[in-house]
Amino acid sequence: MIPAPARPAAPPRPSLIGQAIARKEDPALLTGHGRFIDDVSPFANTHHAAVLRSPYPHARIVSIDASAAFAIEGVVAVITGRDVERLTKPFSVGVETKIPFYCCAIDKVHYVGEPVAVVVARDRYIAEDALEAIDVEYDDLPPVVRIEDALRPGSAPLHEAVGSNVVHRRSFAYGDVEGAFAAADEIVEIEVAFPKYGSTPIETYGVIANYDSGAGTYVVHANFHGPFVLHAVMAGALRVAGNHLRIHVPPDIGGSFGIKAHVYPYIVLLAVAARVAGVPVRWIEDRLEHLQASSSSTDRLTWAKAAVKRDGTILALALDQVDNVGAYVRAPEPACLYRMHGTVTGAYKIPAVKIDNRLVTTNKLPTGLNRGYGGQEQYFTLERLVARVAKRLNLPVLDVVRRNLLRVEDFPYHAAPGSVYDAGDYGRALDAALRLADYDALVARRDAQRARGKHAGIGIGCIVEPSGSNMGYVSIALPRETRDAGLPKSGCTEAATVAIDPLGAVTVRLGTTPQGQGHQTVAAQIVAQELGVAFDAIEVIAEMDTQTSPWSIASGSYSSRFAPVASAAIQQAARKVAAKLRAIAAHELEIAREDVVLADGKASALGDPSRSVPIKRLAGLAHWHPTALPPGIDPGVYETAFFSLPILEAPDENDKVNSSAVYGFIADICYVEIDADTGRVHVESYVTVHDCGTMLNPLLVDGQIHGGFAHGIGGALFEEMAYGDDGTVLAGTLADYLIPTATEMPPLTIGHENVPSPFTPLGAKGVGEGNAMSVPVVIANAVADALGVDDVTLPLTPARVWAILRTNAEARA
Amino acid sequence: MTSCESDERHAVEMTVDGRRIRRYVSPRLLLLDFLRTECGATGVHAGCEHGVCGACTVKVDGRVTRSCLMFAIQADGGAVETVASLGTRDALSPLQEAFRARHALQCGFCTPGILVSAQAFLDSEEHPDERSVREMLSGHLCRCTGYAPIVAAVLDAAAQRER
Repeated sequence: MIPAPARPAAPPRPSLIGQAIARKEDPALLTGHGRFIDDVSPFANTHHAAVLRSPYPHARIVSIDASAAFAIEGVVAVITGRDVERLTKPFSVGVETKIPFYCCAIDKVHYVGEPVAVVVARDRYIAEDALEAIDVEYDDLPPVVRIEDALRPGSAPLHEAVGSNVVHRRSFAYGDVEGAFAAADEIVEIEVAFPKYGSTPIETYGVIANYDSGAGTYVVHANFHGPFVLHAVMAGALRVAGNHLRIHVPPDIGGSFGIKAHVYPYIVLLAVAARVAGVPVRWIEDRLEHLQASSSSTDRLTWAKAAVKRDGTILALALDQVDNVGAYVRAPEPACLYRMHGTVTGAYKIPAVKIDNRLVTTNKLPTGLNRGYGGQEQYFTLERLVARVAKRLNLPVLDVVRRNLLRVEDFPYHAAPGSVYDAGDYGRALDAALRLADYDALVARRDAQRARGKHAGIGIGCIVEPSGSNMGYVSIALPRETRDAGLPKSGCTEAATVAIDPLGAVTVRLGTTPQGQGHQTVAAQIVAQELGVAFDAIEVIAEMDTQTSPWSIASGSYSSRFAPVASAAIQQAARKVAAKLRAIAAHELEIAREDVVLADGKASALGDPSRSVPIKRLAGLAHWHPTALPPGIDPGVYETAFFSLPILEAPDENDKVNSSAVYGFIADICYVEIDADTGRVHVESYVTVHDCGTMLNPLLVDGQIHGGFAHGIGGALFEEMAYGDDGTVLAGTLADYLIPTATEMPPLTIGHENVPSPFTPLGAKGVGEGNAMSVPVVIANAVADALGVDDVTLPLTPARVWAILRTNAEARA
Repeated sequence: MTSCESDERHAVEMTVDGRRIRRYVSPRLLLLDFLRTECGATGVHAGCEHGVCGACTVKVDGRVTRSCLMFAIQADGGAVETVASLGTRDALSPLQEAFRARHALQCGFCTPGILVSAQAFLDSEEHPDERSVREMLSGHLCRCTGYAPIVAAVLDAAAQRER
């Protein structure tokens, strides 16, 4: 065989992937031209809604008299639980409980802020006036507030049909747990409590709903960002087929961090309100409503045990976890308890694990997605346990961490409960963190401060950051037999469309409904790279329309899935378009398809750039002149790709589940000093080193890290959705629910030690959530070190820390 | 509490980003709602409606003001400047350019209010430093950026002015 002549290599082009390109999103947002939910006016004659909410945590609704409200000029309708009961059914959920959850209370209220009625009026001022004219008679019931109360056998159940406030329990064992505990030199036990907090995006929930009575279709605009599996949950509740619930998401969403997934019951409530009122209805949540009745992560109690050898090796882990989901199990809960299921061993090689999970209901706001979702709870337990193991064995924490940390040769690592970690070099990242923190100097500083009588401490944390959730992981909550009886779930499917119009303009359409992460920018980088067209000329549409956008069951923004999953869908859609352009160009230039180079807006012959045809002309041919296309090439340029990872299988018969697509890594080191007079924790330095695989845009990666860090600081030091023992909401304004401002944020040093993922086409792993998971426990470890105590509870407010200082002082006296 | 009639209207006249606006409004209409619904100034955002978050910040007669804590009729005869006074898509202000270069915004919801405050701060502070920038920013809540890139952007804009 005669060898083919060597082809000249294509001239190297700098890749757009990995460049710190400023965002496409910015000019509109910087000039006040963002289009958020309250900036769009999709329907004529839109009225305004206000929601009447329960002032009681637990009460029977005896009667509702809205006659005085109807008498107010401008009031169109008052919707109550009776309308909701007539027009909807309870939302479906991934565990078997007998808890009916509707978008509005019907006979009973179960938390302060639960919707009781909706007023529809000409404007919002009138609607709010009318709320005061509605007379609701309640029959007060005793509330159940704390997890300990819910666990008490005699506690009155919130939901009588369940008969208990423990509404779900499952146990799992992986590896030889009993053998490991029998062989252990020491068994280290801890009990930890993790508080309930949210993320309070600055834009609140917003819904504009209409019932198209001609088509029998609910058309709703909302700042909902998925998971789009909830579209099916909403359509089910409204008792319509999916194509009769059309959801539009505006181009801009003012932050979410998971919280806005739970606008979905309000989408259903406002859809019902629009139908009953016979007019389109706009509802923009106010801040009190948001803090009482939107969403938060769970509070959790955990009893954890580690079986350890004297050298610090952890042989087994046993976790007894109770998650408090609030008043109802609201989908996608109990995902908070299961998102980390395959990953509960974190960054450590722990071969045996026992997990006992329980869910309880209490008279508090229902829970759901919140940046880090389940991670902060899980790592608070694991990293506090590692610190306590070190203390018990009288070893430096770093020794225990290093003893158990996964090594390069362990990858791909199959964690005992099922997660398959793709790639990493955890030791290298930890070393980098120690270097950046100047660890030895930090230890010397701490010791010197202590010698002066100051309270100083160092916290360390090494965590795995999962991203791209497996649609099958929540079904691990179901017993195997129940799972087997239903349709198995797997994968993390995302979709994207790339199209070129007759004049050569490129448009990309996403299914990820971003809230500031910069998806449009990265999508344009990927498509510009694949098609050889200018980044600036590409338009990326972030709006979602469930009737016309490309999407699938897993679509949306959550679990940091853009970088590992959506980026691949975009790349594949662009490659389909590139293949079509190459085919047409090859036909035009009379060369082989593989010899077509797409660059600088042209298709050129490899090795002979003088022979070329503009991409604009190729797209034009596909639209204007289809008879000139080569055989087998269809007219038009409009390609959609759906992408999932084959590694994300359904849970197996042994209850193992690979809960996420890929797994990043974070090593954190922080140094704190505590003001003995006020109890204030001063975070003097914080170093975080990340492995997020290929960085698609380093500017955006660091932005995500800074943001996740701020949420972690909030959780560690400030934020709690606090309730009184009587079930009342204690933090209903932003003056009570404290969020870090610019003067509270400590300095952050960021490092990168990336190992590209072999499982994702671009090598990227998610990056937005890691520090929201790590920072609470790393600061807790530092404060525990500074105060010399074992039990630290978040948030570490001055009052709480000062109480520990006082107890210590009394113990010494 | 005395209630006002919902159809009671008062004349107000003001300039909003240089445009003269004359309307008859309810006395209880917030300046925030007036700007958004009557003037189309949708760059003014409602984040908390109790004066904490700063997303609704505008300038009224040159003073940085929370538009959620003021009635429209209180601004009668005045001049209101929103984020739209700062720059345009094709001609961003130096501060807006610095925000873009530093990735000082993500979702962009708090950004217009921060830009109004930061520009007023730059207009009045001759030699801002990190401490004073952070102090100024402490009147605004941002949940996306962790503030560090915003601080850097304001300092960049200040440094650029001195060049």
